[in-house]
Amino acid sequence: MDDASRRSVTLAGGQGMYGDDVPSVSRLLDERIDYLCLEALAELTVSILAKDRGRDESLGYTKDLGQYLSLALPAVADRGLRVITNAGGVNPVAAGRLAVEVARTQGLSGLKIATVVGDDLTAQIDSLDRELGLINVDDGRRWRDHVDDLVFANAYLGARPIVDALEQGADVVITGRVADPCLFLAPLVHEFGWAWDDYDRLACGIAVGHLSECGGQSTGGNFSGDWWTIEQPWNWAYPIVECDADGSAVLRKAAGVGGRVDFDTVRHQLLYEVHDPAAYLTPDVVADFTSIRLEEVDQDRVRISGATGRTATPTYKALAATALGWAAESRVAVSWPDAHAKAQAIAQVFRKRVAIAGLTVDAWHEEYWGVNALHGSTVPLKDDDDAPEVMLRVAWRCRDRRTAERIGRQMPPIGLSGPAWGVNGTGKGMIGSASQHLELWPILIDKGHVDAGVRVQVETV
Amino acid sequence: MPAIQLRELCGTRAGDKGDISNIALFAYSAEGYEAIREEVTAERVKAHYGDLVQGEVIRYEAPNLLALNFVMYGALGGGGPRSLRSDNLGKSMGGALLRMEIDVDDAVHRSAPRRRPHVTFVVPPPLAE
Repeated sequence: MDDASRRSVTLAGGQGMYGDDVPSVSRLLDERIDYLCLEALAELTVSILAKDRGRDESLGYTKDLGQYLSLALPAVADRGLRVITNAGGVNPVAAGRLAVEVARTQGLSGLKIATVVGDDLTAQIDSLDRELGLINVDDGRRWRDHVDDLVFANAYLGARPIVDALEQGADVVITGRVADPCLFLAPLVHEFGWAWDDYDRLACGIAVGHLSECGGQSTGGNFSGDWWTIEQPWNWAYPIVECDADGSAVLRKAAGVGGRVDFDTVRHQLLYEVHDPAAYLTPDVVADFTSIRLEEVDQDRVRISGATGRTATPTYKALAATALGWAAESRVAVSWPDAHAKAQAIAQVFRKRVAIAGLTVDAWHEEYWGVNALHGSTVPLKDDDDAPEVMLRVAWRCRDRRTAERIGRQMPPIGLSGPAWGVNGTGKGMIGSASQHLELWPILIDKGHVDAGVRVQVETV
Repeated sequence: MPAIQLRELCGTRAGDKGDISNIALFAYSAEGYEAIREEVTAERVKAHYGDLVQGEVIRYEAPNLLALNFVMYGALGGGGPRSLRSDNLGKSMGGALLRMEIDVDDAVHRSAPRRRPHVTFVVPPPLAE
């Protein structure tokens, strides 16, 4: 065993989503971590960022990136911490410029900031379709038959361009759409020199990444077990993973924070957003999570080992989105007696009034809060008309924004002239503003077509 | 054989990919895992969700985690960025499955943990400036 393979490398998952808690990163920086990985993207997030970019071409990255970098860059300069993030969203070049600006503002020099581009397929998706015949993998529809009004199209890149950046000495690596766990796999490949066909170790790195990519979700957050016994649930815990060259790792949390790390909290995250746990598809490896062993080795320390892997598929997953219309909603509350019946009557009168007004709606949705708004038909309706109060939420989608926003104005007169008594507004919920809806297109694209456009650019501040 | 609600036997977490919701069930014991593996079939889960889930339901097993994973198509009102549902990402979908009742052995019924929340958080006073 050489020196490199004896060393352990410590990664921290400091962000699980756009809008996560920025100051919590400070607790991780107090620990001896080698890499701070910030996972900022979800399907919905990319949609939000694409809308930002549509309004202003200099936007399209997550806006809290500057705050994260302000906290982290001193540690990068002082002791060689490295930061890897996909916060570049749909505009990693602009995010890279921001990173340079933050470093300069802090008076730091000598930092190497890398940006990875090439995941954005917006400009070439139609030519890719002509060449490859793109298909929606969820429902089999052909791209060319349905698409107009493209908002974004991004491939989920793997760990390789990040490893390239690290090998060029990058201190900060900013990417666009990279598959979440690959942000964590990349530093392990770089540090341990794992081969790209060492599939079992790559799968171990993916397991580490998958357990770290959602921040507090592996350390006691969003936990369905005995959640009320988790200590200091306001003092967020984020995952820290000590990784060894053989692929095994120990997941823990920072000293002095809340949360919990045990078999139950960790297994909850291991299947999050996973389909076949024996075939978790990533750009770099197909990982089998059913061979993983989770062992509680100490208080708040779980050892992860035994993931196995096999060769990756020849395609990248890409996600495209097209504009579908505009949605808005209206909420009113009604009281006992007969709260549910009154809410149902209001919904019908509202829809009738919208029809009389000549407003065209593509889709309607009604929810009865206090009866079955979230769980629908799985809720047995016993004594539903004895509910002390029910909140009606009506939502709709229209082709255009203006129509979507006019519809809510049909609700207030119901309070005086409608059939049901005891109608209350819910704050500002009676007339809402509209938001754009997008249709998602998951598609598969041969890797060669995407890799040809992937570039790593390193700038020294 | 006595019936028991799944909430007594397992925890859950839901995830989303487009219009697909995956619901993992995590049994609290090996016996509980065998019971859910036997009883909570893809067909039953599909029937349980009714019109919340429009497409097919596929079940996977992860015995190392004492877990079942249900992948449900057409489950999120079209998917996060186009769903009109409040729960457009299906975060609450796992809870809906915990309502399901299954038949279990007396021993499993007796030993089910039946955890109920007892919230005792003591929020510290704000720090002095």
